[in-house]
Amino acid sequence: MQVENLTIDSVREGLARRAFSAVELATEALRFAGAENGKTNALLEICGERALAAARRVDAGIAAGEPPGPLAGVPVAVKDVILTGGVRTTAGSRLLANYNPPYDATAVIRLEQAGGVIIGKANCDEFAMGSSTENSAFGPVRNPVALDRVPGGSSGGSAASVAQGTSVVALGSDTGGSIRQPASFCGVVGVTPTYGRVSRYGLIAFASSLDHIGPFARNVKDAARLLGVIAGRDPADSTSAAAPVPDYLSQLDAGVSGLRIGLPVEYFKGLASETGDLIAKGIEVLGRLGCKVREISLPATEYAIACYYIIATAEASSNLARFDGVRYTCRSPESGTLSEMYRNTRGEGFGAECKRRIMLGTYVLSAGYYDAYYLKAQRVRHLIAQDFQRALAEVDALVTPVSPFPAFKLGEKLADPLEMYLSDIYTITCDLAGIPGLSVPCGRTAQGLPVGMQILAKHFDEPLMFRLAHAFEQAGGVEG
Amino acid sequence: MSSSVEAGVPPEILAQYEPVIGLEVHVQLATRTKIFCACPTSFGAQPNSNVCPVCLGLPGALPVLNRQAVEMAIRAALALNCEVRQRSIFARKNYFYPDLPKGYQISQYDQPLAEHGSIEISLDGGKKRIGITRVHLEDDAGKSMHEGFKDSDRYSYVDLNRSGTPLIEIVSEPDMRSSDEAYAYLTDLKQVMQYIEVSSCDMEKGHLRCDANVSVRRRGADRFGTKAEVKNLNSFRFLKLALDHEIQRQIAILESGGQVMQETRLFNVATGETVGMRSKEHAHDYRYFPEPDLLPLRTSDAWRNRIREETPELPARKRERFASEYGIREYDAQVLTLTRAAAEYFEKAAAASGDPRTTANWVTGDLMGLLRAAGKDISESPVRAEDLGGLVRMIARGEVTGKLAKEILAKMFTSGESARAVMAREGLEQISDAGALEKIVEEVIANNPKQVAQYKAGKAAVLGFLVGQVMKASRGQANPSMVNEVLRAKLG
Repeated sequence: MQVENLTIDSVREGLARRAFSAVELATEALRFAGAENGKTNALLEICGERALAAARRVDAGIAAGEPPGPLAGVPVAVKDVILTGGVRTTAGSRLLANYNPPYDATAVIRLEQAGGVIIGKANCDEFAMGSSTENSAFGPVRNPVALDRVPGGSSGGSAASVAQGTSVVALGSDTGGSIRQPASFCGVVGVTPTYGRVSRYGLIAFASSLDHIGPFARNVKDAARLLGVIAGRDPADSTSAAAPVPDYLSQLDAGVSGLRIGLPVEYFKGLASETGDLIAKGIEVLGRLGCKVREISLPATEYAIACYYIIATAEASSNLARFDGVRYTCRSPESGTLSEMYRNTRGEGFGAECKRRIMLGTYVLSAGYYDAYYLKAQRVRHLIAQDFQRALAEVDALVTPVSPFPAFKLGEKLADPLEMYLSDIYTITCDLAGIPGLSVPCGRTAQGLPVGMQILAKHFDEPLMFRLAHAFEQAGGVEG
Repeated sequence: MSSSVEAGVPPEILAQYEPVIGLEVHVQLATRTKIFCACPTSFGAQPNSNVCPVCLGLPGALPVLNRQAVEMAIRAALALNCEVRQRSIFARKNYFYPDLPKGYQISQYDQPLAEHGSIEISLDGGKKRIGITRVHLEDDAGKSMHEGFKDSDRYSYVDLNRSGTPLIEIVSEPDMRSSDEAYAYLTDLKQVMQYIEVSSCDMEKGHLRCDANVSVRRRGADRFGTKAEVKNLNSFRFLKLALDHEIQRQIAILESGGQVMQETRLFNVATGETVGMRSKEHAHDYRYFPEPDLLPLRTSDAWRNRIREETPELPARKRERFASEYGIREYDAQVLTLTRAAAEYFEKAAAASGDPRTTANWVTGDLMGLLRAAGKDISESPVRAEDLGGLVRMIARGEVTGKLAKEILAKMFTSGESARAVMAREGLEQISDAGALEKIVEEVIANNPKQVAQYKAGKAAVLGFLVGQVMKASRGQANPSMVNEVLRAKLG
């Protein structure tokens, strides 16, 4: 078996015809990850014991004649902001460098109950803050497609692991594009579900009202299958949705002829790049499949970056307050007073990007500034959501680029945080509106760098989103 | 400012000023589990044992609101005549402290659970309405322990058992004008909270905590003075002491031409003084914002109405009813309505006796005396309400004398038996047998020749003395009306 080419279907088929056992597959996947991970640094921890224990449970179930779970035996990488009980979970931060959480995230429990085999914990930007995975305290991740380039971020390790083959599917988290952007940079499928579709219990919070857990996969069907496993109401997360989870696979092949596709004009302004050309080709493919494509407008888009960086940083400044040196193994020594302990621990523990966002967030919530920043940003957020509501009443889905440019070189944008923030422009509106979004590979640039096409749909309309992406993928996508 | 200065404020100067006081009272709700997780709220467990990822504030953990806590908070708000909002919002109150594990408290800010209430308090000179600004829900922090460990000189310890305990904060309007009014407000507030069973209000366990906003102004002035917030008023005595001290301190400052600073002050139990803690410039900026992990709290009309219907009769109304319905004295009515248990006991006993006024006397007098001596609450009374009622009924019927009844009650208190059971066991049943009575009467006539002669000479009042002698000789057991009858007959 070649683990780097497996899909969920091929794992299922291999297990069914006894080509390999789950333990054999896990052993080989662990070996492959151990040998290959050094090239990318995609995984921070390879959890052999836990993987083999999960694989043994799958084999025992099969031996007992039980029907295998939807992810039976499938090697999975889990972003290191998602808690795995007993397995070190660092969030890419020095502050949690030795943190062993006492419990599993709900998504982790569900994926293991479905037979998934967690191979390792995926590297990421510290506390999921970044667009390149260069903000990890444990070294950057290299893009397996071009090792001198970033994999995107913040879920760069998850995307790179799936692209590299050290996992078949992966969990990431998305607050402003942290799943879709690395998926597009690494040439894999990445899904941000509707807000509330997947429980956040056990996801180390960055910005609670924007945080999502979602899947990475090498094809749309695998992503849909993984989402089906982790989605659904969780009583431990008050913001998780009660709406029943549809069978995401049953409608995949229903065809897309007649679907109405909107192209938000604001997302294509000045996109005269290779990325723009590839997306245009992708849209042509959709047209050939029978979709009715038209332009629409999302006028509040121009305020999205400002709105996002106020709300996200405000929530982050509060969510990260708990890392104060009292708990979680990291405390600055040599602190004479409580105040010094706080300042030294946080000063030494947080990286530059986290500090920047904590300061921004603290500022916008401060007395006298709250109304001008936070409150106004909430109103803008409402306008952005209304834009989408109006647009998605006229069309079934929106198609846009994921990022203005493909994977850039390591270090290229580190000096200019603002430019890095601006590159989130196409992805953050989806998080602000709480609607589902997906990145599907849409050809490569002349240099061979992958470009992703974004599909956005109505709240809880993941079935349509998957159907469209699957049809696009089956049609061969865009060559290049 | 030392206390010697304030002690120097003469009463005639004090009288020129009017204190203005508002209280912020935290009440711990008597839920079984914490407000955002299923950990028990029990007191006195091993440190850090009643905890889980949620109340430890671990990364990734999320709050889930306890319905029972909301229900109790609504009950409290309705008992304080508040309007309960259909939609209220939880907010994060951000500050750093080692016993605050999330780095923020989940509270409510600009859209609290309930607003615009009031409570009528009883004062010596009558009644007064105190406005309630708001009632909101929040979670409690843990406890820092700075003493008692062998390395306490270098470390503090944190116990998070209390973290996540449900609280309501009740904020009053600045409607109180003396420490006595503040005392009365807290007393009545506590009584209401206990009546509706949302809290045991045990101050020693921190179930009821009080901070005060205090300012003074010259009598007749229409604007409030600059206020100080006084914290740590965790007993009724401290509340009064601290307020009196703070009022005098502020007056002394104004009298000496100074200005009161807006600041937070801490009451020092040892010195009886308030001490500056932080000035306005150093006041916390809590950076409140809506808690994104919780949905807005919606209360339906049906829910609020059901809670309203289930709310028991409150002490003020019960007092009035006891006075009007049973015709008992106002003071007795007040004593009998101090707790719901006392009121229920009385009503049950009164129903059994058919004589509420006499019953009230027995409950507030002998029974409460026995309970006090035994250190028991009326809810633990060994004498059942029905049995006390039975005893009072026997007195009314003349089956026992009041004096004997006291003895019987004491025995009932010891054994837990009914009056009749005690009397049967102790041979205390009334002597209504004519033969036995005649014998005693004859003895009394024989032993009191002088009085008998006086009676026969026409001094009818002496009969009372002779009846008393018969009762005494029978150890109170003789049927009094029969004694009269027999005596008259014998004396011819």
